[in-house]
Amino acid sequence: MNEPKEAWITGIGIISSLGEGLDAHWDALNARRINVDEKRFAPYVVHPLAPVSFDAQIPKKGDQRQMEAWQRIGTYAAGLALDSAGVKGNQEILGRMDMIVAAGGGERDVPVDLSILQAYIQGNASPPFLNERLMNDLRPTLFLAQLSNLLAGNIAIVHGVSGTSRTFMGEEAASIDAARIALARIESGQSDIALVGAAHNGERSDLLILYEFGDFNLKDKFEPVWARDNHSGFALGSAGVFLVIESREHAEARGAKPYARLTNVVTDLAQRKQPGAVTKSLETLWAKLGVADDNALITGATGVGSVTSEEKAFLRGHPGTAVRATGTSFGHTLETQFPLGLALAALSLSRGALFPPNDPTGLEVEMSKPPTQIVVMGAGHWQGEGMALVEAIK
Amino acid sequence: MGVVTSLGAGKADNWKKLTAGESGIRTVTRFPIDGLKSTMAGTVDFVTVEPSSSTALTERLADISTEEALAQSGIGRKGDFPGPLFLAVAPVEVEWPQRIEVGRAVGKAEFTVNDVLAISGGGKFASYHHRFMFGSVAGHLAEKFGTKGSPISLSTACASGATAIQLGVEAIRRGETDAALVVATDGSVNPEALIRFSLLSALSTQNIPPQGASKPFSKNRDGFVMAEGAGTLVLESYEAAVARGATVLGVVAGCGELTDSFHRTRSSPDGKPIIGCVNKALDDAALTPGQIDHINAHGTATPENDKMEYIGISAVFGERAKEIPVSSNKSMIGHTISAAGAVEAIISLLTLEHQRIPPTINYEVPDPAIPFDVVANVARDARVTAVMSNSFGFGGQNASLILTREPI
Repeated sequence: MNEPKEAWITGIGIISSLGEGLDAHWDALNARRINVDEKRFAPYVVHPLAPVSFDAQIPKKGDQRQMEAWQRIGTYAAGLALDSAGVKGNQEILGRMDMIVAAGGGERDVPVDLSILQAYIQGNASPPFLNERLMNDLRPTLFLAQLSNLLAGNIAIVHGVSGTSRTFMGEEAASIDAARIALARIESGQSDIALVGAAHNGERSDLLILYEFGDFNLKDKFEPVWARDNHSGFALGSAGVFLVIESREHAEARGAKPYARLTNVVTDLAQRKQPGAVTKSLETLWAKLGVADDNALITGATGVGSVTSEEKAFLRGHPGTAVRATGTSFGHTLETQFPLGLALAALSLSRGALFPPNDPTGLEVEMSKPPTQIVVMGAGHWQGEGMALVEAIK
Repeated sequence: MGVVTSLGAGKADNWKKLTAGESGIRTVTRFPIDGLKSTMAGTVDFVTVEPSSSTALTERLADISTEEALAQSGIGRKGDFPGPLFLAVAPVEVEWPQRIEVGRAVGKAEFTVNDVLAISGGGKFASYHHRFMFGSVAGHLAEKFGTKGSPISLSTACASGATAIQLGVEAIRRGETDAALVVATDGSVNPEALIRFSLLSALSTQNIPPQGASKPFSKNRDGFVMAEGAGTLVLESYEAAVARGATVLGVVAGCGELTDSFHRTRSSPDGKPIIGCVNKALDDAALTPGQIDHINAHGTATPENDKMEYIGISAVFGERAKEIPVSSNKSMIGHTISAAGAVEAIISLLTLEHQRIPPTINYEVPDPAIPFDVVANVARDARVTAVMSNSFGFGGQNASLILTREPI
């Protein structure tokens, strides 16, 4: 294979509980702002999406109606990323752009589910009952609004991204692999430009039920991620993050300005039945990146006891590293957490500063010098580990 | 290669039945069908899992096809596959039997979502968390077969199986690995899935006789038939396969992919994305349309798909579109959705091996608007050196593969 091509992050689109766009996020992070709602889904804590006018990126109401909230969030963020890269509406580029979306599924119609469930349990359970209710109560369009690959489908329809389209699934790891594959395709010359990202709607009772099965939800009271030793769990967050990644030569040819360089993405599937497997996996991944200890690391640490304590053990081995946990400010956004880390790393590098710590435990320390390298780390709440190296372009 | 469909487990059994024109479609017995508009499917009834769920069946089908493929390939050691996993799999959700069990645990007749939440934790339903994570099937397969690195689960709707093959090919071409395990699996015939496709008017309602429902390219076609199945391919770089003395079953000569940004469920009426996708596959394989001597069609038997497939193919192949033998495996095994691209690639490779094209059954009333040379009702012996296998799916997902017996 030829020398790998250099890949630049040239577009960032982000909406979250802290607002919309790069300036809003930079200001919120520097002000250590956290938008958390302890009441709406009490006792569960969530980070609600900041108000967004979806019309700005999804002009047709008909398109918006065909989407579930997570698809609107993602399609909106994808539009911001294309704008940020200066390729919105550029049919020549969009027609050959790679798209890799990391996706879960859409929200159930919970009132419908509950009403069917109650009637069923109350003994109205003749054989045709479930069929009849589903036939009558499910909205035909809801299926498409829930299907994982239809976030990519909607981005294609609304923004015209129509080169390749791949949807990866599998919680946190899905987006780490999305970034890895996009980078590998660009480095090898299989592709010049890619749109990569994910979206998550954390304000969903069906998701709370799913994660409650595994006792993963943060309850009663918000605490920063590193302060959950006796109060394990994640607070679901809402966010959409997309990045435009392209080869340096492609970016330079069209005069695009980079935020940062994406140098490496490495992933693993630790066999977590072994205690210490995550710490060991992270050490192995760190060694593959070949970075110095005196730089910065942005982690998507969940706050879930076992895995977060293994991350802490790993970080203790790298005491010179300035750490930031996105989970404190944004909550846990599953597939979106890793692209969020990449976006904040690129943003920090482009602004010549790491945003300040937001952590009463002292694990996160100030970083006075401008970062030159930021490692983005992800360890999924139940499986999947990965890291990326994002570097400043001088 | 390994394959499971409603016709049976394994290549030998499937090939025998496919070339005999047998249908695996039958009236659903897994759950009550009262009140349903479409009551037949290509369910894999000879495999059962406990506790029952579509995700568990999906996983089991993948186990079966993968065991067959690994045994044939002779690669690696048991539980130690020397490369990554690419898995095409349906999106996952908590299913009704589990929902009902949780609902019963609430212990009262009238309840709210908070009542459900209050009894969901504490470990009683911990297995449901793992079962209904999107990464659960891939996690299981990676552990069981010892694939390397982070496994990728993907969905590109009806093109998923083809996309998984494409990802494996790309990883090998990049030199990241000499081998990749590609698995595509779908066990999702359950009441809600059937009803959801039914509400989109995508399914055939010609319930009687069930084996006559799937009528690709026929004038009286009225939709696809949902089905289950799994396919596994061990992909290797040609050099590595030859070097270890492996029997090469075929070559993935080219892959093409192009997104349709027209509509969520419909193809662009000008056929451009399909044309572009097919052309990309031909370019990638460095072949001309004249060198393709069989098309394993997407051929779902929906009125829209089959028409668009002809429009796209005829734009690329010209008059030859009427001369190339075309067949749709879905006439016999139904639409195995997430698995279809890989299952049909395997059938294409078997076609190359046996020089015999499985038929499109139920082809009694040709659609004059689709003048393909359909391999009608009985298998046809033919000289086949290069097969195009197409997958065109919901969400504008188009993928084409070109498979050959020998390197070109």
